[in-house]
Amino acid sequence: MRLEPVANPTALRTLAPPALAIAATVVIASLLAMLAGANPFSVLGLILKGAFGSKFALLETLNRATPLIFTGLAVAVAFRARLWNIGAEAQLYAGALVVAILGAGLLDWPAILLLPTMAILAMVAGAILLLIPALLKVRLGVDEVVTTLLINFIFLLFVSMLLEGPLKDPMGMGWPKSARLIDEARLPRLIEGLRLHWGFGLALISAVIVWVIGTRTTLGYEMRAVGLNRNAAEFAGIPVGRVLIKTALLSGGLAALAGFSEVAGLKGNLTLDLSPGFGYTGIIVAMLALLNPLGVVAAALFVAGIFVGADSMSRAVGVPTYLADIMLATALLLMVVAILLTRFRVVRE
Amino acid sequence: MDIFEIFLTASFWTAAIRIASPLIFATLGELICERAGILNLGIEGIMVAGAFAGWMAVYSGLGLWPGVAVAFAVGMGFGLIHSILTVPFGLSQHVVGLGVTLLATSSTYYAYRLALPEVTSPPSITPFQPLEIPLLSKIPVIGPALFAQTPLTYLAFAMVVIVALVLYRTPLGLAVRAAGENPQAVAAQGLSVTAIRMGAVMVGSGLMAVGGAFLTMSAFNSFFFEMVSGRGWICIALVVFGAWKPGKALLGAILFAAFDALQIRVQQTPLGAGIPYQIFLMMPYILSILALVVMSRRAEVPGALMVPFNKGER
Repeated sequence: MRLEPVANPTALRTLAPPALAIAATVVIASLLAMLAGANPFSVLGLILKGAFGSKFALLETLNRATPLIFTGLAVAVAFRARLWNIGAEAQLYAGALVVAILGAGLLDWPAILLLPTMAILAMVAGAILLLIPALLKVRLGVDEVVTTLLINFIFLLFVSMLLEGPLKDPMGMGWPKSARLIDEARLPRLIEGLRLHWGFGLALISAVIVWVIGTRTTLGYEMRAVGLNRNAAEFAGIPVGRVLIKTALLSGGLAALAGFSEVAGLKGNLTLDLSPGFGYTGIIVAMLALLNPLGVVAAALFVAGIFVGADSMSRAVGVPTYLADIMLATALLLMVVAILLTRFRVVRE
Repeated sequence: MDIFEIFLTASFWTAAIRIASPLIFATLGELICERAGILNLGIEGIMVAGAFAGWMAVYSGLGLWPGVAVAFAVGMGFGLIHSILTVPFGLSQHVVGLGVTLLATSSTYYAYRLALPEVTSPPSITPFQPLEIPLLSKIPVIGPALFAQTPLTYLAFAMVVIVALVLYRTPLGLAVRAAGENPQAVAAQGLSVTAIRMGAVMVGSGLMAVGGAFLTMSAFNSFFFEMVSGRGWICIALVVFGAWKPGKALLGAILFAAFDALQIRVQQTPLGAGIPYQIFLMMPYILSILALVVMSRRAEVPGALMVPFNKGER
């Protein structure tokens, strides 16, 4: 078989493959639910209900989507320039670490000063963490996929070391967790009385800013040019190395904001289970959003909904929650094929 | 015990070879994929799936060797998914690879929960036992290390020879290497680049899964979540370190494993006891990054690695 570009795709060709990908994902999830001895319709219904069915469920989904918007943006920005940042997990913890260090009483400032300071320093920490592999890539040609992946493991061990050492909460009954943040270091509620913090607002604002950078600035243009064709960009006089470094700083900073928002907004202290893989899930979010920053928000809500819904479904009918992860992996793989098929047709030899 | 005395103990070298074995399988698997031009980031998840599949097969009554075969087959299955998406469809090998890792890991965990609901600790199996080779295993220090291992370790070493022979001494190996260097030339000879690349990814993925199975069937006797813990990514670094050659990759794996075995022992010395254990656990990952940096200058990357081949284009 061979792929042939389609010159003028019809509406059917642009819409049918993604729709089929989603349908196939649902069918596969149903079959897996049946394998677990459950009624597939009730499983899917329970997932939807658990994600969006009540005010409580919806707020839970929005809270879960918040870090995913940040990591999704981080991945989208990087992948668009073909900088393969798989290290959002570590960058998230870098941001969280900064908040845990500064916010537990070290800086005794009013909230109006303390929160922006922590956010900016968190971004700096995340940016530096991605700067290392980005420099190794630009200067020495070391593949950033493997280095960013390995740094995830190194940094998590580093956080674990600090949580069992200098950062350990003396009042923590021996658990490896950091001391609670002071009130001034906590992000306020977005709407009084609702369990949703300003991290979500910040995530939406970030998505708009990233969209503006991507579509309305020279940097955004250069990033896209580098991503589309590195050699052509070089030939056109774009400083490819410098653009990649800037991309890395932006991407690392965005991922770190996820850590900032989780610690200052939701948890109030740092533990090793702060993130159940938000950094990796950000890759799925970004891909489902076709690397579009505004799409990231929608994709993050969808992905968060599946996770939250699967948790609640699992409690009700006992199908393992890993069904959510399988659904997302399947959706990711089928969606990349579907997107391809909107632009190419398969020709038999 | 003095650090230098560690090198003279047989148990140290035995541990090093044992730690190296799963890395050898998986590194060879990745090497085959990359020599054919496909980066397989599914490795981490495929190792998880292989670890579970082999162990589960034995737990449900199959023999040890059939268990290894089951792991290999499961690996090939994920390899098939990976290769369909990356070879004929030519999709991003980064995205597909990570997707396959996610799919393999999550479906393994799902299967584990379905097969063993409500267990707090996973059941154990009777794993491969060390097989002492007469006379040779009596050589001081290296004898027990090289000749008193489990059959699966011997298979790992045999695989290095087999893979090297096939890659460099057979028409098939030539075709695989050419598919990764100059696919146009392969197509010009009337061979199918698609078939060669897909086959390489499937066989390579099978070997990765056997590497995972080594963990549950030889190194330990049970399956735990997170037990692969980045070994797959380390193997990708080892392929680069080994300059895409089986012999050098073997050397890299042993060197790496020796360092790992050393850090475990240094932890137990008075010197090591004062250092947080996380520092030691970080070492393998830091070492992998250093290996990548050192080798970056003289890496002989396959020419068409990560370049999709579409017959229509020239």
